[in-house]
Amino acid sequence: MIQVENLTKYYHTLCAVDQINFNIEKGEILGLLGPNGAGKTTTLRMLTGYLQPSSGNIRVKGLSIDKHTLEIKKILGYLPESAPLYHDMLVFDYLNYVAAIRKINGNQKMARIRHLADLCGINEVMHQPIGELSKGYKQRVGLAHAMMNDPEVLILDEPTSGLDPNQIVEIRKIIKEIGQQKTIILSTHILSEAEATCDRIVIISQGKIVADGSAENLKQSTGGKNLMKLSVQNTDFKTVQEALSDIPGLDDITRVSETDGLLNVNLNYSSTADLRPEVYRRIKETDWVLLEFHQETQSLENIFRELTKEN
Amino acid sequence: MRQVTHIFRKEFNAYFVSPIAYIVISIFLLVTGWFFFATFFLFNQASLRTFYALLPVVFAFVIPAITMRLISEELNVGSDEILLTMPVTALDVILGKFLASLAMVVAMLIPTFAYPLTVSLMGQMDWGPVLGGYVGAILLGAAFSAIGLFSSALTRNQIIAFIIGLAICFALTLIDKLLYFLPRSLLGVFAYLGADFHFQNIAKGIIDSRDILYFVSVCFIGLYAAHLALRAKQ
Repeated sequence: MIQVENLTKYYHTLCAVDQINFNIEKGEILGLLGPNGAGKTTTLRMLTGYLQPSSGNIRVKGLSIDKHTLEIKKILGYLPESAPLYHDMLVFDYLNYVAAIRKINGNQKMARIRHLADLCGINEVMHQPIGELSKGYKQRVGLAHAMMNDPEVLILDEPTSGLDPNQIVEIRKIIKEIGQQKTIILSTHILSEAEATCDRIVIISQGKIVADGSAENLKQSTGGKNLMKLSVQNTDFKTVQEALSDIPGLDDITRVSETDGLLNVNLNYSSTADLRPEVYRRIKETDWVLLEFHQETQSLENIFRELTKEN
Repeated sequence: MRQVTHIFRKEFNAYFVSPIAYIVISIFLLVTGWFFFATFFLFNQASLRTFYALLPVVFAFVIPAITMRLISEELNVGSDEILLTMPVTALDVILGKFLASLAMVVAMLIPTFAYPLTVSLMGQMDWGPVLGGYVGAILLGAAFSAIGLFSSALTRNQIIAFIIGLAICFALTLIDKLLYFLPRSLLGVFAYLGADFHFQNIAKGIIDSRDILYFVSVCFIGLYAAHLALRAKQ
């Protein structure tokens, strides 16, 4: 659906986006993660045709953005960060104006506005000036604006920034609902949001892509420490060490607690291989009572911090 | 062209939704009415000459006030990002906003029809210069609107946009009044650059293609510069 090839953007001498490449498939929800100033918004602005890349190219449905900007704008919907709308317009007038620009005609126009008002929950504020709305409602109006043309690709720049927890849940619900049919690109620096809503995550740091994959893959593929937790009875720490320490790839075993015959240990390893079958086989050969045995993958927060720590 | 129409309608309505239009029109009518009728009876002539003599200076103040918010407000709020990511070009935006400000100038001029109508009741009016003056006023309004739009595209601060627009419009209005200070060889060039010089020609009732070409050229340069300034933000 979207191919980004060697995309670069300079603001004078500052390189905001540095030769990034990625593809987005149809129907995918892609999360663009990164610290402040990483280049997320600049990337999205180039994807929408608002900013021109210094070099590189973007193709949407095979159309190059530098030659077919208008055609691409017709299939895109975009919600910029903090929804900068016209404050002196009424919500209805604003959506009516957007519909006119999007070339949605008479009967369809009213039906579309009504549908979006229902979807985004803005029926009760349709006749209020946008400037008087709460941040959450402005964001919803911005979403309705972005979806006016029933876009094939929806680009949302920090759609939940500055919202209270209830509003965040509501906006995420709407995004999930839309995401069932659309390709969505979502930028955020809230990791739980990306994990909860996105099929795939691209982490950008200092204008470069430092990770690309599903949240699960990212957790497993980064070179950080992995952890396996074990709770056993009928043994002691020394016996556990003797039985397990020679497993290839295992770095060390640490005792977490040992009380009332219950031993909790952590098996630390940096290997990407799955050590669980071998650990299980070794335990099976003993007479230990296995109460708990699970692998803890790295949290996305740790991966994010690890990959963007230069900032 | 349809996109230009939608932008034009939105911008023109925006003038009348806020108090801007009413304040600007009231101030314009008050200033022109006061200065016109203050000396009207002294000349004892049924003509709008005083009104037209005053118009370029008043326009140089009023039109930058009309145009100052057109682009700079979009840049300040960030709504240009929303507008330019819809299927419109920078040219559609510039033309739509230019036509809205020109329509506002025309709306401002309409109540002044009361002046020739009142004057015609008092004496024999020569309607040629009156109509020529209105044609000139619209051309002058268009040229100053284009300049105002350009200054609005330069900055996100409306006050700065107003001051830049005012400075350029004022310079064009007064340039042919400052010819005493210039070398003889440059007189022709600087006289030709003066907006007031061309406007007064048309206001005499003589519609010369050179004067029309001047105003069309200023419009074109102003709009093209505004277009470049807006594109430069991208």
